[in-house]
Amino acid sequence: MKTAFHLDDATVVAYAGGSLSNCLSVVAASHVAMCDHCRAKVRRAEAVGAVLLETCEVQQMKPDALSSVFERIDGSDWVQPKTRSDASDDPDPSLPLPVSRLLDCRLDDVRWKTAGPGVGIHVIEKNDDGSSLYMLKVRPGHKLPDHGHAGQEMTLILRGAYRDVIGRFAPGDVADLDEHIEHQPVIEDGEDCICLIATEAPARFKGLVPRLLQPIVGI
Amino acid sequence: MMRKGANAELAEDLVQDAMIAVWNKAGMFSPGKGSVTTWIYTIARNLRIDRLRREGSRYFTDIDEYEEASDDPASDDVVIGKQQDLAVTEALDVLPDDQRAVIVMAFMDDMTQSEIAEKLDVPLGTVKSRMRLAYRKMGSVLEDLR
Ligand SMILES: [Zn+2]
Repeated sequence: MKTAFHLDDATVVAYAGGSLSNCLSVVAASHVAMCDHCRAKVRRAEAVGAVLLETCEVQQMKPDALSSVFERIDGSDWVQPKTRSDASDDPDPSLPLPVSRLLDCRLDDVRWKTAGPGVGIHVIEKNDDGSSLYMLKVRPGHKLPDHGHAGQEMTLILRGAYRDVIGRFAPGDVADLDEHIEHQPVIEDGEDCICLIATEAPARFKGLVPRLLQPIVGI
Repeated sequence: MMRKGANAELAEDLVQDAMIAVWNKAGMFSPGKGSVTTWIYTIARNLRIDRLRREGSRYFTDIDEYEEASDDPASDDVVIGKQQDLAVTEALDVLPDDQRAVIVMAFMDDMTQSEIAEKLDVPLGTVKSRMRLAYRKMGSVLEDLR
């Protein structure tokens, strides 16, 4: 699939390193599933991670570590990896796998809650740390609600399209924008716009307790 | 990845799990997928995420399936073997210290961008731009190898 708007390079690094939050990772993975360009980028970032893994200082393992590994290998069951054709747990093949698995139903069967005139919301995940993953369905001609946020936010278009100062966002495109960018997306005529949105809470590690813990956990 | 947070016990557990996973999956490795090191890295990363997060690393393995299904040459433009590792090592060596630092923290210390910003006492935007610069240098070296 040819997409016009891609993941920020900094997001590619965080995703490949496994340090992107869970909600943001789901949106990133869903775009990567639809975008050959970003998939190749993630592979390159993983190659960087691999070299770092090789070059970082080696820690001493316990003397019996290797023998216990062999014991566990002897006792372990061979697990056959799943393939795409084994799609019994893919409720909507028209969606990227990482999001369709989370929906547990077809996109057409999603129960939307009204979040304002012309706007439906379906919350997939809302965490105590302030991160969230949800979908919005917005009627043609509407403006996407202005919802103000302090942390990172990532939007993937699944159906329909919208326009803003940056350009036209169509299915597969991701808006991986800096939090300071202001924009007012307007939904194109013709079709509802459905998008997957992940947000992350602003910087943690502000409080006294995390500061005290920092030297102990070594960061 | 032994550096990654938590305690030594968990880290050692993870290393053992990674060794077992590599052993079990060795037959699935195909050279077209990139270097062996990269493959082992992704296995170890996914195991770590499975340990630390409720949702686990499934979205990473989901992507592998798209990789196999894609006819686009972009999906196999990852160069193979030692040549790749060597090029990355050289590119890392000439990376400015501040850029290498954020890359190491993101990959090896499991720190989010906000955590890195807090630790370095710089704005989040600075962390992101250092990551972008570093990635572009490393990425272009890998692209040139095609
Ligand atoms: Zn992309």
